Amino acid sequence: MALLIPENPVGIIGYGAYIPRYRIPAAEIARVWHDEGGGVPVKEKAVPGPDEDTITMSIEAARNALQRAEIDPLLLRAVWIGSESHPYAVKPSGTVVAEAIGADTAISAADFEFACKAGTEALIAGMGMVGSKMAQYVLAIGMDTAQGKPGDVLEYTAAAGGAAFILGTADESLAVIEAAFSFVSDTPDFWRRQSEKYPEHSQRFTGEPAYFHHISNSVNAFLEESGTKPEDYQHVVFHQPNSKFPQKIAKDLGFSKEQISTGLLAPIIGNTYSGAALLGLSAVLDIAKPGDRILVASFGSGAGSDAFSLRVTERITARAKMAPTTQQYIQRRTEIDYAIYARYRDKYVLK
Amino acid sequence: METPRHWRLKKQRYALVGEECPHCKAKIFPPRDVCPECGLEAKTVYHFSGKGEVYSYTSLTDAPAGFQASAPYAIALVKLEEGPIVTAQLTDIGNEPVKIGMPVEMVTRKLRDDGDERGMIIYGYKFRPVLS
Repeated sequence: MALLIPENPVGIIGYGAYIPRYRIPAAEIARVWHDEGGGVPVKEKAVPGPDEDTITMSIEAARNALQRAEIDPLLLRAVWIGSESHPYAVKPSGTVVAEAIGADTAISAADFEFACKAGTEALIAGMGMVGSKMAQYVLAIGMDTAQGKPGDVLEYTAAAGGAAFILGTADESLAVIEAAFSFVSDTPDFWRRQSEKYPEHSQRFTGEPAYFHHISNSVNAFLEESGTKPEDYQHVVFHQPNSKFPQKIAKDLGFSKEQISTGLLAPIIGNTYSGAALLGLSAVLDIAKPGDRILVASFGSGAGSDAFSLRVTERITARAKMAPTTQQYIQRRTEIDYAIYARYRDKYVLK
Repeated sequence: METPRHWRLKKQRYALVGEECPHCKAKIFPPRDVCPECGLEAKTVYHFSGKGEVYSYTSLTDAPAGFQASAPYAIALVKLEEGPIVTAQLTDIGNEPVKIGMPVEMVTRKLRDDGDERGMIIYGYKFRPVLS
């Protein structure tokens, strides 16, 4: 199948990360649930403060993206947020974010949901909007405050964070998006019903039939159709639900440890769901050099994977410095114990 | 529930949008359409940078209704770099002690739920120690 390539070339003109400052070590979660026997899937995970949610975190990431893009927010024609933790079941996150960043009212504001790949969905939809010249600029965000049931294996990794991207024409870009490819199938690996607080997962579906199957299909098709090889890319970012999966898929597909090292953040911040692949991309852009090629492959349960490649332009040098870097947010760290974590994440029943 | 009031105040609350006096150039927050410096009409929209410093502060452990979930927390008078002093909650302090003169920046956060978990979520400005 052919790649998704807009008629008019599109790229990223500004990007911004956000990671909340609180961290709970996986060893602390293991202590509470007497689960010290095996290893833990990450070292620690990022936890949102009690006054943070997908909307507030998206606002900060979007403000960082606007600082780098140096555009008037009134020129945005869409504000799209991909998340599986929108604060309201019904009431868009996009309108609040648009209002807070000073966007116009003549915009499309929609919330995307596709488990962990909702953010790249928004980004690829934005490519179409800008590439068809329906919009000069589009803001696409992937952001989550992921829920993990106490004691469940996902509690170790379900983290908070994400990144925002402003798309514009390729000639204004700090990184041109060369092409994209999406691969999806009806796969029941992970879900959350309408009124449920915590997701369910089918243990055996998580790895091979879901994560590995979809990413290898999207990436292999992308490489074949684009006529590129793993060694053509300086940096590669995979969706990262834990430390192990992205390292294994990289090896399986022929990518080296060096290629994934900059964008592999899950070991120290956990799985930021819709934010994960996009935060990895923002960490790569922070240090990328003009001419670098980057391959990104997200994964969302349910299930699907979006692969896309970027070519970094000379504009990166000036713009990377214009807002806080991903690593600055990672280094801003306050460790909390399980009791505070439980309070911040509303685990206590008060009435 | 006070939905109309929250809706009316959203611009100033989400992003510190105030006014600038076209006559004496004073920056005004909260917006009040009349310049407190020269007394003339002032309706020009002005976006504050969000940068400022702690002018004074206090800590609350016995929080008012609606804010108990965040207690204990610090409330500060923040002197914005453009001049006005605003009252706001401090957030993301971590283990750093609050000090007078501490540089802070505006962030948009959840202030509270209007009513209970079924009510609307109220967002607005708070200040945190400057990130970089």
